[in-house]
Amino acid sequence: MTLQSKSRPWILSAPALLLFLVLLLVPLAMTFILSFHSFSFYGGIAPTFSLENYVEVLSDGYFYEIFGRTFAIALATTLICAAIGLPQAYFLSRMHPFWRSVMLLVVLGPLLISVVVRTLGWAILLGNKGVINDALRDLGLITSPIRMMYTSGGIVLALVHVMVPFMILAIWAALQRTDPATESAAESLGARPWTIFRRIVLPQAMPGILSGSLIVFSLSASAFATPAILGGRRVKVVSTTVYDEFLNTLNWPLGATIAILLLVSVLAIMVGWNRLVERRFAGVFE
Amino acid sequence: MRHNGLFAKAFSVLFATFMLAPLVVVIGVSFTPEGFLEFPPSGLSLRWFRAILDNPDFIEAAWISLQLGVASATVSSIFAVPAALAIGRGRFPGRDVLQAFFLSPLTVPTVVLGIAFLRFLSFLNANGTFVGLMLCHAIIIMPFILRLVLASVTGLDRSQEQAAVSLGASDWTVFRRVTLPAIMPGVIGGWVLAFITSFDELTVTVFIVSPTTTTLPVRLFSHITQTTDPLVASISTVAILFTVGLMFLVDRIYGLDRLLIGEGAR
Repeated sequence: MTLQSKSRPWILSAPALLLFLVLLLVPLAMTFILSFHSFSFYGGIAPTFSLENYVEVLSDGYFYEIFGRTFAIALATTLICAAIGLPQAYFLSRMHPFWRSVMLLVVLGPLLISVVVRTLGWAILLGNKGVINDALRDLGLITSPIRMMYTSGGIVLALVHVMVPFMILAIWAALQRTDPATESAAESLGARPWTIFRRIVLPQAMPGILSGSLIVFSLSASAFATPAILGGRRVKVVSTTVYDEFLNTLNWPLGATIAILLLVSVLAIMVGWNRLVERRFAGVFE
Repeated sequence: MRHNGLFAKAFSVLFATFMLAPLVVVIGVSFTPEGFLEFPPSGLSLRWFRAILDNPDFIEAAWISLQLGVASATVSSIFAVPAALAIGRGRFPGRDVLQAFFLSPLTVPTVVLGIAFLRFLSFLNANGTFVGLMLCHAIIIMPFILRLVLASVTGLDRSQEQAAVSLGASDWTVFRRVTLPAIMPGVIGGWVLAFITSFDELTVTVFIVSPTTTTLPVRLFSHITQTTDPLVASISTVAILFTVGLMFLVDRIYGLDRLLIGEGAR
């Protein structure tokens, strides 16, 4: 090649690098600076440099509640996704090829359909006069509707629907790397299916569960559309609070502070999680 | 091939019901003759599909989403393909950092990206412009293109390129006649995934649209949070059908599982 120098990869990456520096790094840096500015209802944003927004957020129980709720929702979503995703990925790997491609379509297809549309579906299902409450009343199981809209539980349910494909993909990828002979060996030695699942499949699926959990947790902690539609103003999470500060209250500095705190806590959890996983499962990722 | 027991089959059926239920009710509701969301619908009517035609706002928004998806996926590909070629071949100092940087939009919470773009674009007085939207989308969807192109670059046999060079082809000719055709499936797969991601993007877009550049997801979102009538269901149904059609097309050309699982690209 005519240009077989060390700089070649950098020349090829330069346009994308420039785009990312100008349109990603600069905006993030500006947001970080914005979080130190002050805001008043009449004066608007003033280019000061103080920690007052951070003090305000970190000393207010209201914000602790929002952050706590956000991470509780993300954690519950992750646990449920793992609990459903593991068996489903395992069954998927054992299915007849035809049924497997049908099931893959069912699992992966929704990934390509707008979260707004899917959340609308959950709103129709979960409402007080929704499909689930109507069905339960017709069956005579309940007399007054169960409240599911505008609850954290409703948000978790819909988020599981949005996130579970990511978990299944991650676990399925891990299971595909395993040797099916280990299961046959265990079976020939007289292990029952449950024992095989617990002692053979589960340990081999573990890297997939862990990486899937990381994806699901971070996406759930910053999800917007689902909590905004199903939680409304009653069940606020961090992302909907940021949205309100930016587009309703117009207190951009405070919104930026909350967003920066979300970014930092999500990154901290991800780094901590990676460390933990690397130490615990060092051998598996070789 | 071992087969699943009764429990596994029952579990899979329940799971499929869970995955499909929200889509089924949206489609069901859109055929109601009534003026409110009801499922199952009391009759079959195309009233709310006709209503789409009376709401040019939604048609205009869908048109903007379509243009935005095509433009941002194309622009992002033009930036991502050379970068993927650089990263996918050989090791050089800074390679891992570069790759992590290009994949970082996946790690940063979308709401943070949204306000960062809003801050930047309003600083430039470019908020709500189509070009601003397109460049922001190009950043968000870059990881999807990069991963799929990387997967096809790493599997590439370089002897053909070397043969072309030895026959006197220039760099550009080698790229155009040998490399690009060889990685084309990855580029097309990445483009489609990027297009769909851009077409459906809400969290970032909701911060940086103006009334004249409102996209379909943003218009649907604000409609749903204000009122709920069967119109949102009929529009959603059309969107679902559009996606399903696109999925079948992609499945024929590229393979849907390859697109979404990405051949070990993750």
